[in-house]
Amino acid sequence: MSATVRIPTPLRKVTNGADRATVEGNSISEIIESLDNQFPGIKKRICEDSGELRSFVNVYVNGDDIRFSDGIHTSISSGDEISLVPAVAGG
Amino acid sequence: MSYVTNLICRECGAEYKTQPLNVCEFCFGPLEIQYDFTKIKKDVSKKTISNGPNSMWRYSQFLPVDIENAIDIGTGFTPLIHAKNLGKQLGLDSLYIKNDSVNPTFSFKDRPVAITTTKALEFGFEVLACVSTGNLMGSVAAHGSKANLETYVFYPQDLELSKIYGAAVYGSKMIAIEGNYDDANRFCSELSDIYPWAFVNINMRPFYAEGSKTLGYEIAEQLGWKAPNHCVVPGASGELHTKVWKGIQEFIDCELIENVIPKMHLAQPEGCAPISSAFNSNSRQINPVKPSTIAKSLAIGNPASGPYSVDVLNQTHGSAEIASENSIIDSIKLLAETEGIFTETAGGVVISSLKELVKKGKIKKDETVVAFITGNGLKTLESMGEIKENTVSCMPNISSFDLVKSNFKI
Repeated sequence: MSATVRIPTPLRKVTNGADRATVEGNSISEIIESLDNQFPGIKKRICEDSGELRSFVNVYVNGDDIRFSDGIHTSISSGDEISLVPAVAGG
Repeated sequence: MSYVTNLICRECGAEYKTQPLNVCEFCFGPLEIQYDFTKIKKDVSKKTISNGPNSMWRYSQFLPVDIENAIDIGTGFTPLIHAKNLGKQLGLDSLYIKNDSVNPTFSFKDRPVAITTTKALEFGFEVLACVSTGNLMGSVAAHGSKANLETYVFYPQDLELSKIYGAAVYGSKMIAIEGNYDDANRFCSELSDIYPWAFVNINMRPFYAEGSKTLGYEIAEQLGWKAPNHCVVPGASGELHTKVWKGIQEFIDCELIENVIPKMHLAQPEGCAPISSAFNSNSRQINPVKPSTIAKSLAIGNPASGPYSVDVLNQTHGSAEIASENSIIDSIKLLAETEGIFTETAGGVVISSLKELVKKGKIKKDETVVAFITGNGLKTLESMGEIKENTVSCMPNISSFDLVKSNFKI
């Protein structure tokens, strides 16, 4: 499956400035691997050594938080848009 | 002059120069301001603070802006009231209400926004923007007016009308997002990558967050330069809870108050309690929720500072309360009827949690308690329902009045 990943500003040094990438994969974990093949080092920025996402990284598929689906095992369909978003405070 | 040295990542310790940046590029952790505390300790005393203005700017040395540039609409140094009537009902001798609903836009948000607006001008931004559950946007809109900055505010579409009017009146550009706060927040994070604006709770967040520390300083000063035994703080993103604690800690570090550690209790509503739930199940990992609560100013299902709020609960031996939705309105009325303070639903959550803490024996009769009331009741009128029990209609004549008066049940 081919999906688009939006790259947030803090990661663009790793992507040579690119703000989006087209990647292959059937799940979020496969997407992250594919992204790391294109841009070596990006996985280390967003995942712990165990492979789990870092606590301040939120991942959305078409605007939906993957923690409400299957986390990094959430399945991906062709044409999905994936966002990597740093956690931000509010009110 | 400012005592800021740089920005530092709370997770991995990477350091950055002072700039509008909120996320560590190595680990995505949030960035925080670092100060030269040796110098602050040398320059600041109880006397220098007491001689300062009657506003949050009396603590300017602890803030990341130059006071000469301050955008000041009169924020801070709000009353700390000895709540004798409510205390008597609950069996507490030293209960205090920090009434932060009397700030210029009627919530504590004026504190972080005053800092952010001042800093946005220092950085040369022309637009101030925010994502809001209601209180923040009123404050951003007002400060934007004072600073001659254009303002854009983004909010979940189901917000209370008075909060919408409370921002629109300042001429802010109002964008109702079709979704909840967390949807709006995610969207604006992406927007902030494209638009070169000062998003107060995104790229300006390290500066924004510092404003809430002034609540910690104020209660310590107002209690006669000492920390209370307990603080009861409402929880949305978890940022306020952590920053009130940080304020108290900094005063301890600078030897302005004794090293007494208050128990920092957190109050969340049943319909959105991801931080309390995590703490109560001994976890630091916050599982996000879809909020369903009348306390809309606390309706953040994906609280960014949740893990730090859990840390504060652990460090200070605080409790994380979950107020039932049914108890919120009764608690608003209780505070109004005993102390003459009309708070919004978040304050109802605080008072309900306070009652529970006393009932469970976690707060003792002779201990000093500060309950943080952070927003005004006129902002959440819709939640109050119809007021029937003490309202009658009457013809303008004596016999009609005598008749209705005898019908009053209260």
